[in-house]
Amino acid sequence: MTALVFSPTGIRFENIEKRYGGLYALRRVSLEVAAGECVALAGRNGSGKTTLLRIAARLVRPSAGTVNFSDGGGNVNQTAARMGFVAHATMVYDELTAEENLLLFARLQGIAEPAARAEALLRDVGLIERRGSLVRTFSRGMRQRVAIARALLNDPTVLLLDEPATGLDPQGVTWFAETLRRLRDTGRTILMSLHGESEISALATRAIRLDAGLVMADTCSGANLRSILTFADA
Amino acid sequence: MALLSNTAVLLGKELRTEFRSRELLTTTVVFILIVVVLFSFTFDPTSAESRRFAGSLLWLAFLFAASLMLQPCFLREQNNDTLSALRLSVSDPFAIFVAKLAANTLFLLLTELLMLPVFSILFNVAIFPVFGRLVLVLFLGSLGVSIAGTALSAVSAQARMRELPCRYCCCRYLLPSWLPARK
Repeated sequence: MTALVFSPTGIRFENIEKRYGGLYALRRVSLEVAAGECVALAGRNGSGKTTLLRIAARLVRPSAGTVNFSDGGGNVNQTAARMGFVAHATMVYDELTAEENLLLFARLQGIAEPAARAEALLRDVGLIERRGSLVRTFSRGMRQRVAIARALLNDPTVLLLDEPATGLDPQGVTWFAETLRRLRDTGRTILMSLHGESEISALATRAIRLDAGLVMADTCSGANLRSILTFADA
Repeated sequence: MALLSNTAVLLGKELRTEFRSRELLTTTVVFILIVVVLFSFTFDPTSAESRRFAGSLLWLAFLFAASLMLQPCFLREQNNDTLSALRLSVSDPFAIFVAKLAANTLFLLLTELLMLPVFSILFNVAIFPVFGRLVLVLFLGSLGVSIAGTALSAVSAQARMRELPCRYCCCRYLLPSWLPARK
């Protein structure tokens, strides 16, 4: 069983290129996300945000370039990253209950006391009353809460979030923003794709705008950060 | 060790989801029942000739059933992109394949055992005197068929027109398991 010890983790993308046939999803993207940073990725549909996140999660192999994870001291350490990934799809089983889903993934990840961890997360995401209900009976927002709980099971050092607020109601967005704030303040590295401004985008300490697979803007300043997010939404 | 524990957890998930939805088992059992009944109309079940071909007919029916049952096993993981969640969670991705293989073998064996009495009655073939040996042959045949079918399902899950190449390749690669088993 894995003891969940926290170690800050940074991500370095070096000359990442991804081609689907003749179509470029990413063109020579080089980025460094420092340990503990909260970065918002913005850009129009098809700009390469999802591809970049899936490459970081090692779910997609880049056509060229490398992704490295570094420890708090900036040294490359591929095993330092403990990832939590929230994608467009919920990545949970409709034919299992919310609790069974979390138990399944907790056991696969070798988490100590999976039942206690699943229960704590179900309480956190506000689904403890529906723990025994099949996920297929849930609304989109409730499924998204299960997806978020699944991503948080291993107390991740790096959170990769692809439009994580999809389907969440305003209370859900507030709850999730609060959860992310807590994770950010405890040194977790967050890389998330967003559309427009929200309580969640307000947590970002840096914003990057992608367009046609290229990094078009990268800023840490408050005013520019807002303009990147809103321009991307226009 | 991680491979074994991950496989056990995933096999539990496969069995739970299938016995809850009964999606594959119901479809396959109905399909194979239709095939066996149609075969029984085609051949005269009382003739010695039909009993001579009974093994081949039985395995032909199982082969059709296997191509129906095995093909969607990885495809189902794409509905909610659960395959990505599994890949992020398991320490050895081979556990995903082994769990699918074990589940497919069990489902196929269960289908075959359910179908044996029907086949025995329709073709007037006595199975009880050779039941023990028959179960062993069914298990080995099912394992062979499942290895090829599960691998093809994994390979073709992302492909366009995946049903066609999968069934075609299934029949080609399943032959080595099928030929000795039909005897």
